Amino acid sequence: MSGPARVFDLSEVGRRDLNQALHDASDGDSFEVTNPRGAHAVACGITAEIDVLVRGSVGYYCAGMHKRGRVLVEGNASTGLAENIMSGLVHITGNATMSAGATGCGGLVVVGGNAGARCGISMKGVDIVVGGNVGHMSAFMAQAGNLVVCGDAAADLGDSIYEAQIFVRGDVESLGADCIEKEMRPTHVETLSRLLVAAAAVPAVNGADPADFRRYGSARRLYNFTIDDVDALEAAQEAA
Amino acid sequence: MTPTPSHDGLEPLKASDPDFWHLRESYTFDRNVIAEIRRAANTGIYRIRGWGAKRHLPTLDDLVFLGASMSRYPLEGYREACGTDVVIGEDRAERPVHLKIPVTIAGMSFGSLSAQAKEALGRGASAAGTSTTTGDGGMTEEERQHSATLVYQYLPSRYGMNPDHLRVADAIEVVVGQGAKPGGGGMLLGQKITERVAEMRTLPEGIDQRSACRHPDWTGPDDLEIKIGELREITDWQVPIYVKVGAARPYYDTALAVKAGADAVVVDGMQGGTAATQDVFIEHVGIPTLAAIGESVRALRELGVHRREVKLIVAGGIRSGADVAKALALGADAASIGTAALIAIGDNDPAYEAEYRALGTSAGFWEDFQAGNDPVGITTQDSDLSARLDPVLAGRRLANYLQVLTIETQILARANGKSHVLNLEPEDLAALTVEAAAMAKVPLAGTNWVPGVD
Repeated sequence: MSGPARVFDLSEVGRRDLNQALHDASDGDSFEVTNPRGAHAVACGITAEIDVLVRGSVGYYCAGMHKRGRVLVEGNASTGLAENIMSGLVHITGNATMSAGATGCGGLVVVGGNAGARCGISMKGVDIVVGGNVGHMSAFMAQAGNLVVCGDAAADLGDSIYEAQIFVRGDVESLGADCIEKEMRPTHVETLSRLLVAAAAVPAVNGADPADFRRYGSARRLYNFTIDDVDALEAAQEAA
Repeated sequence: MTPTPSHDGLEPLKASDPDFWHLRESYTFDRNVIAEIRRAANTGIYRIRGWGAKRHLPTLDDLVFLGASMSRYPLEGYREACGTDVVIGEDRAERPVHLKIPVTIAGMSFGSLSAQAKEALGRGASAAGTSTTTGDGGMTEEERQHSATLVYQYLPSRYGMNPDHLRVADAIEVVVGQGAKPGGGGMLLGQKITERVAEMRTLPEGIDQRSACRHPDWTGPDDLEIKIGELREITDWQVPIYVKVGAARPYYDTALAVKAGADAVVVDGMQGGTAATQDVFIEHVGIPTLAAIGESVRALRELGVHRREVKLIVAGGIRSGADVAKALALGADAASIGTAALIAIGDNDPAYEAEYRALGTSAGFWEDFQAGNDPVGITTQDSDLSARLDPVLAGRRLANYLQVLTIETQILARANGKSHVLNLEPEDLAALTVEAAAMAKVPLAGTNWVPGVD
């Protein structure tokens, strides 16, 4: 049942009332949140196909563990934006601090401005598009999914990365352990183009040319321990 | 682990040989040490193994109960009631956890354990009226199905972390650390990263997984408070939230966990087991369980929450009802078992001695849980090996064992005149060693002396 957005003014009602209403919502409902004033865990744990518009900046874990629906934040977000997102869309117009999209398993996270350190840390299938720059150690231990950075990436990008892919348009200060630049093949251009279109509401993303990006991923040199066996070598030499 | 080479085909010297008494083994470089140096020199990799600390440590065995006497009268066994139930999270959760017995099953992952082993733990715990706990790798359907009360661990790696599982859990345990490796992340070696495990953890098959040791989206107790708030919001304040720490700085760690909003603090001493960790971590990081309990209790008492809003669960080397009763007397609300539960369902079963020998070990010494070739089918993902474990029979063994732990705990409580096991108190205890007296802060037997206390 869709209708006019229900408005929750967080200067008057607590986040518990807001989140409970979101958890009780039906597909098609829409909500507007005003005066968030940096509140934590705003609109977390959503399970229905709903729309939530947050007018203002939020604290930690906004849209945490998001499962379905869309959350749009007109402002900035603190640590752990859309952490462990499963599906759906979380879009903020401003900047995100640390660990945006951390451990996300699916869906799309769009950051209009810059994202801080460890953006996409341990990501497990989420797509993240950042209009500006990302901080150090972004995509640390990233397992799956795509991180698209339209600006620059700070030090140690993709440290200990697994099978996630990173696309950066600007400069990369340094790559982390086991992260290397990789060839951009047609399949990667296709993935990148799709994500740039999906995040085209961001001015810095709109019209971006996939040809301007470079791709980074795992060298897969840390996947298994390096174990020597001198005894076996010695035995083989004696046999020969 | 490869079998240790024999002495060029010869048996080691025996005492009957005249040369034997010329041999003096070095205390510093004994044969264990020599074997480890040789192993390191051959492979170039640190030793990884399962189980907990194997070295000698001060333990709960170093305490005794005083029992009843002239001034305290005992309760009649079997005739007079002695309660064993524990409730966790009444203060904040809509659905607190009710345990019938003061013993829970510690977190052990599907991945490190076979599906059959997880099912056996669920069956045994459910029959005994207590909880099981997931591990690093998510919740399986079988596990939820067979566990009446299931605690969902929230770990640094977030492998398999699914909000739908969070919402069907009976409690959430935020894992900061574990006794086997305070400050270390999980490990699961390639032999055990099968297709199903790889899919659950979103990892390539066959890799040597080294999990994160820090949570990806919070750092320190102030962040943890916000994180716990988020977990409560996502689960609509339905279930209790525990915080698990390895025994490192238990006084401060417990106080900070309380401040962060935990309903229960789980403190895991260095005897606590693991499926795979660096040996150097297992043996050299953390403090013994005996030394941790009193410090945690001190923090809870000072904050006015002991035996009230915040419960204390103690783990790490708990083997018997005596261990459980002593932990409770020192102030814990429940004890948690991992290694002992695995032994109860069949770990290190002498019936498989021939197979242990083929692996270069022997029943009673098997510790290579990381290797994935466990003869009894517990710490493996090999379908032929895991099929050896009958989850129904193994579950029954665990239920029996939990019953013994509970009755033994009641025996000791009644002997000290207590009508509920949680009425046991430090005054019921005496220490047999100066170390134990200092660590547990109970008097040395026959004295009024508690070292370090005025």
